[in-house]
Amino acid sequence: MAESVTKEQLLEMYRMMCLIRRVEELAAKAYTQRKIIGFCHLYIGMEAVAVGTSSALRPEDVVVAAYREHGQILARGVDPELVFGELFGKRTGTTQGVGGSMHMASREHNFWGGYGIVGGHIPLAAGAAFAAKYKGDDSIALVYFGDGAAQQGVFYEALEMAQLWKLPCIFLCENNFYAMGTSLERQSYLTDMSRRGDGVGMTRWQFEGFDAVEVHNNIAKAAEHCRSGKGPVIVEAVTYRYRGHSMSDPAKYRKDGELEEKKKRDGIDLAIDRLKSEHGVSDAELEAIKADVDVQAQAAYDAALAAPDADPSKLYDFTYATEAQ
Amino acid sequence: MAQLQLREALRRAMQEEMRRDERVFLMGEEVAYYDGAYKVSQGMLAEFGEKRIIDTPIAENGFTGIAIGAAMAGLRPIVEVMTWNFALVAYDQIINSAAKIVQMTAGQYQVPMVIRGANGAAEGLGSQHSQALESIFAHFPGLKVISTATPKDAYGLLKSAIRDPSPVIFMESELAYGTKGEVPDEEYLIPIGKADLKRDGTDVTLVSWNKQVYNCLSAADQLAKEGISAQVLDLRTIRPLDEQALFDCINKTHRMVVVQEGFPFAGVASEVVSRVQEACFDALDAPILRITNRDLNQPYAPELEKMVLPSIDRIVAAAHTVCGR
Ligand SMILES: Cc1ncc(C[n+]2csc(CCOP(=O)(O)OP(=O)(O)O)c2C)c(N)n1
Ligand SMILES: [Mg+2]
Repeated sequence: MAESVTKEQLLEMYRMMCLIRRVEELAAKAYTQRKIIGFCHLYIGMEAVAVGTSSALRPEDVVVAAYREHGQILARGVDPELVFGELFGKRTGTTQGVGGSMHMASREHNFWGGYGIVGGHIPLAAGAAFAAKYKGDDSIALVYFGDGAAQQGVFYEALEMAQLWKLPCIFLCENNFYAMGTSLERQSYLTDMSRRGDGVGMTRWQFEGFDAVEVHNNIAKAAEHCRSGKGPVIVEAVTYRYRGHSMSDPAKYRKDGELEEKKKRDGIDLAIDRLKSEHGVSDAELEAIKADVDVQAQAAYDAALAAPDADPSKLYDFTYATEAQ
Repeated sequence: MAQLQLREALRRAMQEEMRRDERVFLMGEEVAYYDGAYKVSQGMLAEFGEKRIIDTPIAENGFTGIAIGAAMAGLRPIVEVMTWNFALVAYDQIINSAAKIVQMTAGQYQVPMVIRGANGAAEGLGSQHSQALESIFAHFPGLKVISTATPKDAYGLLKSAIRDPSPVIFMESELAYGTKGEVPDEEYLIPIGKADLKRDGTDVTLVSWNKQVYNCLSAADQLAKEGISAQVLDLRTIRPLDEQALFDCINKTHRMVVVQEGFPFAGVASEVVSRVQEACFDALDAPILRITNRDLNQPYAPELEKMVLPSIDRIVAAAHTVCGR
């Protein structure tokens, strides 16, 4: 399946995965220094999902995410300086310091955000798909949600209507095997999450989410299905998070050796393998990209930190919409 | 007398009631194997086992409804909702089922259950995770609403709530879970619906509940230095409201400030003001003031968040205003 992604694309995917990981590592450090407060859910280990997904979508497609969205918004092309800005509560952040870690959005990138109530964001994507169909345009919607979110009632309701009305929506379950400290088999009777689609007769399948190329190919197929008017799909990317649920979770609930085992399928390592074996890219080239990303992330971090804090004069600006869009 | 954290006091109340009554069980996300998202139920799985300490999927409307049914069938569920923001997912079951079943069945069925969790802002949690929601539960006949953040009260009131034959909404505080206070060693119950004078004074009454009581006590300290004697009335129970305690206070100090976390519009503070002025108009020497959140969704950035929440400074300033000095 590797033909679907060119060498240039794969190099870019590799670069983006490195960037996400570096940004998250810096965020973790900043959190311990209290430069970031509140909840902070890191995407480390899951980079391939967002990167392979974003590369298979078009800019006009709508993406909706939960609270583990730093990586997802970066993969959508948002400048890391804006992501750090938001984490630091700066007026230069994605949402001017109003949203914080869990609520990052970029209208420019059709990234609808960053939502904190588990499952609550899922119908919004079906709504975006509804609007696309209503307006007769070619765009689709994609929503990222967790294995835990697949238990919420509103998720099933959204699935039913998306299917009934043939909405162009990709329901992408990021199954990382935990909902906070609860492992998948303790919170879900069926552990193949894509089977949630069976109850409404929705096209569904499961795939491995560690290899960005695999993710790309699967999302491209799902997008093609939606764009061709066949209605929604539910797909499940099997993945894993390396860190705790949030910065305050020591993640003691993992089985012995589980993390090490999963790391053998690290998304960045898999991209390196492919770049070397399939495209003849040298170690030196790969290291140069990594070094470049580290510089970029650090520069974004420094610039964000130096920016002015959120603007108190705007405190009352966002309660109601003023001018209609 | 032991110094207990709020979480320890809550735990002791649940443990004692579970030892006393086989029908009592605890259900919610992360309550068992993770020892509670905020460690309130730490060690309870070890003592009571999986039958009575039950981890649920993230399906608040479903498990709250199941608990309501179990209560109707004679059990005594305690549902932990982690934070009250998430209970909004279960709002339908709480309002349209739990609150109304006694009335709809003309008393043939009861719903003896407690729904409990953290309420109000913590730090930097943003719009969806920072709400103080007393008023939207206290609105409904059929529910009792307790909101408390002191270990001594939390222990005695939770025991009463578990024994109460009606559904009780029990609101705690994430920021205060680690706060210590004296809790008598012997068992005791605190009646639902009784306010507590936390500090005596003569010039003005500061009325509050939950963690804003701590701010009121600090404000009273500050006011004392300026020669203003402020007393602090902790409502503890929001519904039924202890009108008599409020009336006694206004008849004594003739001036009152109500300090409420949460939005001002149709808030509990408004209810307090309206009842006091209706019954005790002649006792008033000044209009009763409310200190609440600014009428805004909670922003993330720390300085903005502080501007939105009630503060000691704002309470002191309001006391100055009502005292005319
Ligand atoms: C309605 C609701 N209930 C509970 C929570 C608390 N909570 C936040 S994240 C989470 C686990 C979600 O797990 P999953 O959907 O698998 O996503 P992941 O964190 O693994 O990415 C829980 C229980 C919440 N935010 N919203
Ligand atoms: Mg998960």
